[in-house]
Amino acid sequence: MFHWLEKHPFFFAVGVFLVISFAGLIEILPSFAQASRPVIGTAPYSTLELAGRHVYIKNSCNACHSQLVRPFKSETDRYGHYSLSGEYAYDRPFLWGSKRTGPDLMRVGNYRTTDWHENHMKDPASVVPGSIMPAYRWMFTKKADIDTAFAEQLTVANYFSVPYNQPVPMKDGSTAVVKLGNSVAEANTIALEEAKVIAADMKDQDVKDAVARGEIPEIVALIAYLNSLK
Amino acid sequence: MENRPLEYDYTIAKMFMFTTIVLGIVGMLIGVILAFQLAFPGVNLILGEGLAEYTNFSRLRPLHTDAVIFGFTLSGVFATWYYVGQRVLKVSMAESKLLMVLGKAHFWLYLVVVASVVVSLLAGVTTSKEYAEFEWPIDIAVVVVWVIFGMSIFGLIGIRREKSLYISVWYYIATFLGIAMLYLFNNMEIPTMFATSAAGESGIGSWYHSVSMYSGTNDALVQWWYGHNAVAFGFTVPIVAMIYYFLPKESGQAIYSYKLSLLSFWGLMFVYLWAGGHHLLYSTVPDWMQTMGSIFSIILILPSWGSAINMLLTMKGEWQQVAASPLIKFMILASTFYMFSTLEGPIQAIKSVNAIAHFTDWIVGHVHDGVLGWVGFMIMASLYHMAPRVFKREIYSKSLMATQFWIQTLGVVLYFTSMWIAGITQGMMWRAHDEFGNLAYSFIDTVTVLHPYYAIRGVGGLLYLVGFLMFAYNIYKTMSAREVENHELQNASPMGA
Repeated sequence: MFHWLEKHPFFFAVGVFLVISFAGLIEILPSFAQASRPVIGTAPYSTLELAGRHVYIKNSCNACHSQLVRPFKSETDRYGHYSLSGEYAYDRPFLWGSKRTGPDLMRVGNYRTTDWHENHMKDPASVVPGSIMPAYRWMFTKKADIDTAFAEQLTVANYFSVPYNQPVPMKDGSTAVVKLGNSVAEANTIALEEAKVIAADMKDQDVKDAVARGEIPEIVALIAYLNSLK
Repeated sequence: MENRPLEYDYTIAKMFMFTTIVLGIVGMLIGVILAFQLAFPGVNLILGEGLAEYTNFSRLRPLHTDAVIFGFTLSGVFATWYYVGQRVLKVSMAESKLLMVLGKAHFWLYLVVVASVVVSLLAGVTTSKEYAEFEWPIDIAVVVVWVIFGMSIFGLIGIRREKSLYISVWYYIATFLGIAMLYLFNNMEIPTMFATSAAGESGIGSWYHSVSMYSGTNDALVQWWYGHNAVAFGFTVPIVAMIYYFLPKESGQAIYSYKLSLLSFWGLMFVYLWAGGHHLLYSTVPDWMQTMGSIFSIILILPSWGSAINMLLTMKGEWQQVAASPLIKFMILASTFYMFSTLEGPIQAIKSVNAIAHFTDWIVGHVHDGVLGWVGFMIMASLYHMAPRVFKREIYSKSLMATQFWIQTLGVVLYFTSMWIAGITQGMMWRAHDEFGNLAYSFIDTVTVLHPYYAIRGVGGLLYLVGFLMFAYNIYKTMSAREVENHELQNASPMGA
């Protein structure tokens, strides 16, 4: 058989393709629908949070920080409850990372504040002596891309039925509604309202001034995103 | 019946040899910068505060991995294909105008993709998925390049004189099919520019942005099915293709066992794809998938070692060549590192070991003993073997080659030993508890302790880069030397003193 295949490249290629493809079929397909169901307490990202997530991705924060708490005592002690599949239901792409040069950030919103992040992103070593993380000062001047975040929200609401403008069950029995703007202008207004809350806790005068002018620096969006990680 | 030997056309092979070397230097240089950034954070500002955004670790890191995988390695794969393919199929590229046009289109489009990748990654345009960072416009260009590569392979096969496909061709075909399947499925994404708001606005935001078709756990599963097997079909399969051709050619020895090569090939094809789950141990993917990933990773030792042992036994009775020829040294060390790396990987895939190793530098060490020791050495050996035949000139310096071999070997050893220690140290410190049951170390303690190992790793990487520059110089001097070879070389490459 093998000698015959080696003289018939087409059938050889078909054979190779069959052999390499069915592992994927068997491993990936069966749990596909189940694995993407959200758990209670997981809400879609707001426009500002999503813009912050884009800042996170743009700067490859995931190259050094994981977002996956493994079910070990040492990890739950350090980072909080281990990760559940449904908590990632609205993560496109996933940001588990593959290397922890810095600590896990899956639940960083539980134990770090806006103020902490502001100082840390400006000069990591001043907050964590000995830190090898570089500073991210340009995030204080560059503007976050709210429009693209809005376009992504529209896309996921449309194709994947992500529940914007709908009540989402929370852990305490209440419901929350994440607003999605009707227009680009409204989306920007919603994001700015959220940005004002973040900026109120910040000290950087340029950032405060920018938000007062109606602009949203990358750092504000990023902190909104980091605070949402719980 | 013609009696004169075939004249092969190496135009395309030469072009890709050039990018192999250039992109190798770029990828490795960035790697060395990254290594020193971790040891000395000041290096993040290597071009000053104003350019910090483009020189800091996180922005450069994807550029390093992609330059080495899709720049250096893929160029090497293409260069060797356009050399080996003609020779084992007994047909010249020059016999078909179409194939020549395809080959040139392949090269130039590939260059366009490389350039756009560099620009986009520096600008921070990335999907964040490892080794699949490119946004959809580049993805489409990648697919076009890949289809042309496929047409080149099957076009050449279509007009072949040698009816039986040599082992190397099996592996090149598998490379083409494997990457095609993986890349397509992992990059399923929806461009956001097509979204329409309730107010009827469209074309909102940046045109190149997209959102993954998969979410969370599913995305992770597809990504590591891709990520692991991009290693399989980029770093293993085509490199095995190279060693199956170049080692017998250079040593003048026939492959030890055809049956072993059959077992290794089909075994590798079947088993490799299952093993991706070992990147997701203790994550939120279903437990049975994690276990499958673990088990198949162990089974993967068989086909991997099958190829490597086949290579070592090919040298049976001819071991003096290892001492005499630096080129044989490169290839034997490459297959030894292949064995080493394919044993280390399965060990790390055992769940209890992975609990310590995952997220640490041990994984980084594993990747690099594979890529520096196996992929890098084998690609350089292939180019060294090709150079005298392609440029019809003697290799410029044998002693330079031997020196390079030892410098790089030392570099690799420094690299993986320091990363082993760093990884296991950090993994153990993360999980350490004191006598009261509290965590013994804060996270930063587990970072500062790594400083010496990061410094040693940087030196190891630097040595490897120095060796690579020596390689580039040696090839450059070879191609620019006066012409000396006027007959087709058979086995060992000629070497100047």
